[in-house]
Amino acid sequence: MSEPGSPVLASRTRSKAWAAYTADPLSVIGLVIVVAIVALAIFAPFVTPYPDHVGPTGDFAAMNAAPSADFWFGTDVIGRDLFTRIIYGYRLSLIMAIVVLAIATPIGVIVGLVAGYKGGWTDYVLMRITDVFLAVPPLVLAMAIMGFLEPTLMNGMLAITAMWWPWYARLIYNVTRAEAQEGYVLAAETVGASTAHILFREILPNCWPSILTKMTLDIGFVILMASSLSFLGLGVQPPTPDLGSMVADGAKYMPDAWWLTIYPALAILLIVLGFNLVGDGLREAFEAES
Amino acid sequence: MNNALQKPVLTIRDLRLAFGDRRHQTPVLHGISLHIQPGEKVALVGESGSGKSVTARLAMGLLQDSKRTHVSGSIWFDGIDAAKGGPEIARRRGNRVAMIFQDPTSALNPTFKIRGQFRDVLRSGDRSISKDEADRRAEAALAEVSIPDPKRALDSYAFQLSGGMNQRVMIAMSLANRPQLLIADEPGTALDVTVQAQTLNLMHELTEKTGTSVLLISHNLGVVREFADRVYVIYRGRIVEHGTTAQLFNDPRHPYTRALLAAIPKISGGGLPDLPERSPEFENPLITHEGCGEPAEALS
Repeated sequence: MSEPGSPVLASRTRSKAWAAYTADPLSVIGLVIVVAIVALAIFAPFVTPYPDHVGPTGDFAAMNAAPSADFWFGTDVIGRDLFTRIIYGYRLSLIMAIVVLAIATPIGVIVGLVAGYKGGWTDYVLMRITDVFLAVPPLVLAMAIMGFLEPTLMNGMLAITAMWWPWYARLIYNVTRAEAQEGYVLAAETVGASTAHILFREILPNCWPSILTKMTLDIGFVILMASSLSFLGLGVQPPTPDLGSMVADGAKYMPDAWWLTIYPALAILLIVLGFNLVGDGLREAFEAES
Repeated sequence: MNNALQKPVLTIRDLRLAFGDRRHQTPVLHGISLHIQPGEKVALVGESGSGKSVTARLAMGLLQDSKRTHVSGSIWFDGIDAAKGGPEIARRRGNRVAMIFQDPTSALNPTFKIRGQFRDVLRSGDRSISKDEADRRAEAALAEVSIPDPKRALDSYAFQLSGGMNQRVMIAMSLANRPQLLIADEPGTALDVTVQAQTLNLMHELTEKTGTSVLLISHNLGVVREFADRVYVIYRGRIVEHGTTAQLFNDPRHPYTRALLAAIPKISGGGLPDLPERSPEFENPLITHEGCGEPAEALS
């Protein structure tokens, strides 16, 4: 038979997906950027030249030093090495992004699955709540929440999570609406499978490509959002190194100490760009597979 | 007839269904009655929108829990009346009723290999079945539906197999737990004609072997003639004629049935007769052929 059902096929689709991912050099560049940044962030204490510059104390002898061989990206007003602080800033950004997405994604996915499958009043109530969150500009909503709460790392993540889950609810709602019409859902219903089984064992696996792609794209955007909040002084407080607050602090010394703003800003650009390129590549790879 | 002494597998009595809210209801079924004896193959034939698929879904217990459906009458299966029930009905019956759908490829979840889905099916029939035992039974079941390399098929995803292969996988899965009743809703309409014929033959053989009753929903009279023992013709939510396959095809008595049969293209050519789309004659009352009445006694 000319059936394409050979056992090597599963691995062939996987390598087909990999081929689709690597077909675009930009996705490969994105992957390299992401892997490099994550590695730097994980091993920050070992790869940074001045790990003790993370705290409030620096080297006053080297205040406002321009980029040089000793200080690659220069130093700030109290003589802390900017390169070290950027790498630690990455660390914080990545942790924030992971925590925010780890909370926002399950909430949004469950809301979307339930609303999309149940329909009727459940759908109406859940999706209108979602719409209310979506109607407010995200940064404004996060700022409002931060206005009530103390500006700490924890609250910053809380504020971003609160504005992030509705996007997942919308996405998964639409996927679920389409999947619920498929025969395999009907087949599960005919044998009396529980709603939980249908939602999590039948429909959810078909949502994974959408979820993974969106999460990868979102890591960059969460980092951007966190940086925006801390740029406005509503996020992480000094002396914790944070890319957004570094840009804000450095802006006061433009254009003389340009490195104080430019390098952290470029650092944000690089990580957001990296995750976006990976997200685009993943989307193409998933499309090639299905 | 000794048939009448046996207790039917499925008995539908005066089933009425309407869609809509309390104020505006659109009646869809106007009192359908049918029954299926153990091991019998019964066809429900009608044009699109005549209510045949809706009847099948009600029999599966799939429509009842929606607020916009209003059901009266009774659907007896296995000592349970499914007319009122919702998902509990489906759960209590479990795999004693199985269903085969129009599009076999969409009826398999694309994110799992056939192996895992087959295991789930077997596990729903026997909680304690081991993985090896399930795989062994799955392979045997696939071999029975003449899939050449069962191991290979088990390790594939549905989208890697052809439509005909998927249809056979579906048949194997639906009969794996030896259901009493198999409801086939236009099986293989999404497939091409030769493959459809092959799978129908397979289904015929297997259900014969297992003694499973079949309710075949179809608009294809050729398929029905080959497959069914007894036929109900449904038109606009009413059964208009009921008889054995031989009686019905040799001696169609209801104007609508005659029109349906006349609408089959003849291989000798001559074109299609000019049939009215609707005719008051089509609404004539039910004609039941000799020896085909509904079982009379109360069922519960």
